[in-house]
Amino acid sequence: MANALRLSDVTMQFGGVVSVNNLSIDVPEHQIIALIGPNGAGKTTAFNCITGVYRPTNGVIEFMGKPIVRNHPSGKSAKTYKGENAGKYANDPVLMPTPDQITGLGIARTFQNIRLWKSMTVFDNVLVAKHQHAKQNVFSATFRTNPSEEERMRSETMDLLVEQGLDAYKDELAVSLPYGLQRRLEIARALATGPSLLLLDEPAAGMNPQETAELADFVRQIRDKYDLTVFLIEHHMDLVMNISDYIYVIDFGSEIARGLPGEVQNNRKVIDAYLGTVEEE
Amino acid sequence: MEYAISVLLSGISVGGQYALIAIGYTLVYGILRLINFAHGDVFMVAGLMGIYFTATMPIGVSIPLVIILTVVLGFTIERVAYKPLRDAPRMSVMISAIGVSYLLQNTATYVTGGQPMTYPSIPLLSDTISVAGTQTKWVVIITPVLVLALVLSLNLLINKTKIGMAMRAVSKDYETSRLMGIKINMVISVTFIIGSALAAVGSVLFFTNYPAITPTAGAMPGLKAFVAAVFGGIGSIPGAVIGAFLIGICETIIKGLPSAWDVSVFSDAFTFALLIVILIFKPQGLFGEAATDKV
Amino acid sequence: MKDRKKSFSAFIGICVLLIFVIILENISGFVPNVPQVLEPTSPLFTVLKKAAVYSLVAVTMNLLNGFTGLFSLGQAGFMLLGAYTYAILTVPTAMKEQVYYLFGGCAFDFSLLDMFEGIFGSSGAGGAVSMILACLIAIVLAGCVAGVFAYLIGIPVLRLKSDYLAIATLGFAEIIRAIFQWQKLGKVTNGANMIKGFPTFSSFNITDGAGNTILRLSTFVPFLISSVCILLIVLLIHSSYGRAFMAIRDDEVAAEAMGVNLFKHKMLSFVISSFFAGVGGALFAMYVANAQAKAFTSVMTYEILLIVVIGGIGSVSGSVIATFLYVACSEWWLRFLDSEHYIGSFKVPLLRNGFRMVVFSVVIMVIVLFFSQGIMGNREINIGALFKKRRPKAERKQ
Repeated sequence: MANALRLSDVTMQFGGVVSVNNLSIDVPEHQIIALIGPNGAGKTTAFNCITGVYRPTNGVIEFMGKPIVRNHPSGKSAKTYKGENAGKYANDPVLMPTPDQITGLGIARTFQNIRLWKSMTVFDNVLVAKHQHAKQNVFSATFRTNPSEEERMRSETMDLLVEQGLDAYKDELAVSLPYGLQRRLEIARALATGPSLLLLDEPAAGMNPQETAELADFVRQIRDKYDLTVFLIEHHMDLVMNISDYIYVIDFGSEIARGLPGEVQNNRKVIDAYLGTVEEE
Repeated sequence: MEYAISVLLSGISVGGQYALIAIGYTLVYGILRLINFAHGDVFMVAGLMGIYFTATMPIGVSIPLVIILTVVLGFTIERVAYKPLRDAPRMSVMISAIGVSYLLQNTATYVTGGQPMTYPSIPLLSDTISVAGTQTKWVVIITPVLVLALVLSLNLLINKTKIGMAMRAVSKDYETSRLMGIKINMVISVTFIIGSALAAVGSVLFFTNYPAITPTAGAMPGLKAFVAAVFGGIGSIPGAVIGAFLIGICETIIKGLPSAWDVSVFSDAFTFALLIVILIFKPQGLFGEAATDKV
Repeated sequence: MKDRKKSFSAFIGICVLLIFVIILENISGFVPNVPQVLEPTSPLFTVLKKAAVYSLVAVTMNLLNGFTGLFSLGQAGFMLLGAYTYAILTVPTAMKEQVYYLFGGCAFDFSLLDMFEGIFGSSGAGGAVSMILACLIAIVLAGCVAGVFAYLIGIPVLRLKSDYLAIATLGFAEIIRAIFQWQKLGKVTNGANMIKGFPTFSSFNITDGAGNTILRLSTFVPFLISSVCILLIVLLIHSSYGRAFMAIRDDEVAAEAMGVNLFKHKMLSFVISSFFAGVGGALFAMYVANAQAKAFTSVMTYEILLIVVIGGIGSVSGSVIATFLYVACSEWWLRFLDSEHYIGSFKVPLLRNGFRMVVFSVVIMVIVLFFSQGIMGNREINIGALFKKRRPKAERKQ
């Protein structure tokens, strides 16, 4: 099966601290893949490298078979570089798109600590995500020369809200929604950018058990409906074991295990990472 | 040669005066992340108080009184205009600072009737002295010495005392210091008190050598001192002092260039050009620390 | 469709307002014995003209600070560029010798006004056409010059964070001011001296052959230009781009992740805001009948910023209302505070020159500290519905 996303030897180093170390991950198309690990393991940092928020120090990230991000240590970072494979990509051109360019390719994300636009309504939150792919420029938008485009964006937004069961709240301020719905709105907003890969950063954080149980079905549903590949970070083990096709476990930035849910669940290293080893204490 | 020495001397002196203001900016910014736009105007008010008090009182009384009242002013501004906005967005606090600056300038216009005021000649400071063949005022010599003494004692205060430790902690991590039981409001007040006291000293030195005080006389030195603080790396006292001396010297050199070039109009603009260059190429300044944002 | 209906009523509202302004400034010509306040020399008209100009600038500042979240303090600099561009382009060649006498004439031997008068004639209807065309083109070019400079300045400074952006834009405004005061450029900018002799608002008053005013349009003109510009800004804010600006204001990281190119959109907002600030600068030059660099100091920017705060950051109608209140108070209603008054034989204390501005700044501080939402918060008044009821817009309510 083709990979939607592929990370090879990705290392992210801040000064002397290696947050993500030599990470290689395959995310096959149409699957749900999870990235788990204890707090501070570098999961969100990995997401930030994929979405262009951070510039990885080394490694390459491919999307739909094409490299989208590529870097190698150079200049100052070459001297301080502690990771592996330092020279592997030295002769390949550096690729460093901005986050919006990556979104434009079809990768959308949600955030660990919900980042909705707080002074905007539910409807506008989703509508803004349609901005990038709209056929318009600042003059045509200001002088309303192409009203059908605005109409299209609005009706598509409305459809999406109806599908996500958020239409009743469309004129509410986004931040006035209950927590679970804010998470759902963030997903709706990500879907509005028209992605083929969806990155979910702890989608169940702060949800009650019932909402969490519903979330598993919901993720599968949107995966099928929008023909998505899903890559998610999650702490909630029930959820992870329930929905993932394959799981990667990292600790202190490095991969410690990978496998099917059942395999990971019984992996000694994983249990140690989460519970701490007896010898250390 | 003599001309060069006199330019250099007055540059060092002006730089020293900027340094005294710059410390106030850098301390406040280090702790509150606020560009205290009113600081330059506090400096101007100190200058005006100097004029009014020396007219009626002996120097020995009036100068300490100027310092005390400036400290009171700085303290009050912080309590009234900044403290209520502690949890407001940064932009609101900065707007409040601009409001205070506007208020101080307008009040000064009202009190002085809009007339430029001349600083009285202060014995010793205004007397002339001959250095390396050039005539200059004592204040030019005294300023750098006094600045260094004050900076060293401030350094002692910050590195050796408990309140200094609290100040360093707050500037490193505001929220954690708050949780650790540091009395944030006290630390901030002390910061403003130190900043205002230094500005008051700076005003005496600056305005004795300055033709006249107008209500907007503080704005420009204030902005330049801020640039000096950015240049040195905001939050760093030695950085602010070095930045201030550098800006003072460059500015006097530009003013001293042949009048046929007519570049003296750019003495203020130069400072801002310097600021923009620094912000673009080395935003953390000479001694500042780079900060990373967490997503 | 709701949107179209709203735009239509806004359009009608503006037309009504403009007609009202024409009637107001001409009423003294038709109705005898009008109250003093309606005489052409009344402070009312000074206030209206100045406020019309300032409200445009306040709205441009709000577009940046309130809608895009870019704390920029360069507005006075862009106004300066606009004012000088307008002035240099429209001073008639015959006046140049006199205006630039210190520099032995102007290096720039061209005037839009002369050019059009060469085509359409300089008197009667032809004169009117050339005047309107020359001023209009000069105003648009004033905006373009400010916009181009904003683009150049924006490349380095828009990458800076909030307060650094503020101080860098303030710095650029000061640098621009210094350049325009440089005597070496005197043949173009007239150095530190003012440029005058160009068409002002009063040039639009229609006079008969004997020089008597038939129809006054000197208040109408700034109202017309300002409202057209503000309308354009409002249209922009309510477009897809405006929503992207607000997304940047609320959360840059999220905006970027949802496909909004930060740099491009910040630049758009900065350039558009500066374009209209340049137009505002040209109008300001017409209002004061001269262009002089020393008028465009940081104090002017602060004043405009405070107006925006009073009106409510993120509310266009708030900015407009606040401008009229601010200008009316500072130029007219609070004037009495500046002169001594007696109640009977009791001399009211404190009243003397400068007291007005003290009171004024105290009021501003009170608003900043205790009413940080300003007059309107981030709500809007629906212009069309103004006479029916005040209705906060549901889409953008707090």
